[in-house]
Amino acid sequence: MSSRFVVFLIPIVVIAIFWAMANRESKLAHDPTHKGYFERNGMVLGIVFISLVAFWTLFLVVLPYLYMVVESFHPKLVPAKRGGPEDVLTIAQYKSFFIEPSSGDWNTTHFWAFGYTIVISIIITALNFIICYPLAYYMAQAGTLQKVRLLMLALIVPYWVNEILRAFSLRLLLASKGLINQALMGLGITDGPIDFLGNNTGLFVGLSYAYLLIMVFPLYNAIESLDKNQIEAARDLGAPWWKIHRDVVIPYAKPGIASGCTMVFMLSAGSLAAPQFLGGPRTLWFTSVVYDFFFQSFNWPRGAAYAFILLVACILFVMLMLRVFKVSLGETIR
Amino acid sequence: MSAGVELDHVTVRFGQFTAVDSATLDIKGGEFFSFLGPSGCGKTTILRTVSGFLDPSEGKVRIGGQDMTGFGPNKRPTALIFQNLALFPLMTVADNITYGLRVRGVDRQARRRKADELLDLIALKGQGDKLVSELSGGQKQRVAIARALAVQPKVLLLDEPLSALDLKLRQHMRTELRAIQQQVGITFIYITHDQGEALTMSDRIAVMSDGIIQQVSDGKTVYDEPDTAFVASFVGENNPFAGKVLKADATSAVIDTPFGPLRGRNPKGVKAGDNAILFVRPESLKPGQHGADSTLTSQVTSVAFEGNVTHVYLKGSAKKEITLTVGRHGGTEIPAQGSTTAIGYDPHMGLVLPAGNMARE
Repeated sequence: MSSRFVVFLIPIVVIAIFWAMANRESKLAHDPTHKGYFERNGMVLGIVFISLVAFWTLFLVVLPYLYMVVESFHPKLVPAKRGGPEDVLTIAQYKSFFIEPSSGDWNTTHFWAFGYTIVISIIITALNFIICYPLAYYMAQAGTLQKVRLLMLALIVPYWVNEILRAFSLRLLLASKGLINQALMGLGITDGPIDFLGNNTGLFVGLSYAYLLIMVFPLYNAIESLDKNQIEAARDLGAPWWKIHRDVVIPYAKPGIASGCTMVFMLSAGSLAAPQFLGGPRTLWFTSVVYDFFFQSFNWPRGAAYAFILLVACILFVMLMLRVFKVSLGETIR
Repeated sequence: MSAGVELDHVTVRFGQFTAVDSATLDIKGGEFFSFLGPSGCGKTTILRTVSGFLDPSEGKVRIGGQDMTGFGPNKRPTALIFQNLALFPLMTVADNITYGLRVRGVDRQARRRKADELLDLIALKGQGDKLVSELSGGQKQRVAIARALAVQPKVLLLDEPLSALDLKLRQHMRTELRAIQQQVGITFIYITHDQGEALTMSDRIAVMSDGIIQQVSDGKTVYDEPDTAFVASFVGENNPFAGKVLKADATSAVIDTPFGPLRGRNPKGVKAGDNAILFVRPESLKPGQHGADSTLTSQVTSVAFEGNVTHVYLKGSAKKEITLTVGRHGGTEIPAQGSTTAIGYDPHMGLVLPAGNMARE
């Protein structure tokens, strides 16, 4: 099957799927007055919508990924040798994650970076939740309208500044001769500068701050719809504040918590700028490894394979967590 | 088991607004006590002050003789039933009922026993494992009561808990609530704007308006001997006739109304020349001629047959029509629509009260 054939076949398949979905929708509706997709939009517009969505899904989402998947199963070749006899399907790139091809030993460097990235991302997610839950609860249930508005503004406005600038300004603050160390030493709290960047404080602060909003808003949405009377009822029945949160607020907000945690975890594990600018010298973030394969050693196949390993690991981890906390995937996007 | 509740000059202010103005009351232990009033009269504020969600700006709340200042809602011997019930949707019926025990550290088996016992009381035996969403409105109501009773409160506070139910169920739940109260023997404080609920269930009623307690009495007294024009117009239907007092003595007074001089009892001692209002209940009015100062004439605007009674509406002096209610017995002739007819009443059934604010329709 030639690749050209695939490129033309897939759009037709995708359009057919959308078409079938549109037709099925009218059959599924039990209400006889319910209008089907084509009755609502007309045949011409209906086809235009389907084609546009199909195009978008296909060319901007499916095909690029597909290309990377295909790439990851190929050896690294110079352009001249592409399509030649050496261009065969291989799992060598995935294998190289486990066993370094140049030496034949276990690939501990990349293994370490991978595990480190996942563990730190989990910690960042937990840290973010601990910071954001009280904030979201305050905004959703406790605060007065005026204060909540002010708080929201204070949360959103810093995000107008771009990520690189934010990371660098944090670096300036936390550096050995930065404002914080100077203040600590000036006040006589410490004798010498604390290596905030080397001990990864900078990484934690930077990543937690970068995804604050992404955690706050799903939590806020979930808690906001909780009936205040439920909180008062629990309190009236004798529950101290932490039991109210444990038994009433958190179970109710679980889908929002899952949604926020999933996004923060995925984004942390896949972030590039903050770990590069704020991480310590011994910190090797997995995305940096991927980045280097693409842009330093121009080994796209291996970079693609690594990226997919990270993606699959993250998806599996999130699925596992959803299972453990008994949240369905559908609930998290509610 | 039960405890009395004392309000000692309780005033609650929200900024400039006074929601409750110096309420002083002594609710006895084991009493079924209702606060009756239109929305915004301050009755819910009183309830929230007793339960501890609000602190009085002035005055004190005492439960069982103990000053409750500084005690939060989770430290008071009260349990509140919310208007929307506020059951926990993610917990089973049994978990809902025993939540108050769980937070007190009661073990699972003891909780299960208590849940079964209470499910029995509310006639939901064997339904403890259902989710709250699987229950009907009346059943949810009963679960809310059981959840509140599980913590063995000395005072149960109910914030219009029947308002979400349909009419039939509401009437049924009145009897049931009263029965439960007598069975458990604790103090019930009931908030409602529905005078039917207050009159049928309560030992005593406090009628409230604009943050002020207008009258505290048993239901019959509130209905027959209202203290103020507000109580007379809010509790039950009433026909007001306003005017200046023409003459008055210790027992009765005559008022110069737009329908001529009319007489009524004078328990509040109005004097000649005062502004006053004569109240005559629709069921006290009868078609036909009566005494010289207890008969009026007006035009019948409409007649409404309601099964057990028939309401006759006559043109009144202001916007409000005069209502006359005739029971089925006695074969009273119902005046025809459009006719001008004389109606009257026994002067003992008329009540003259000093002029004052009346309930808004």
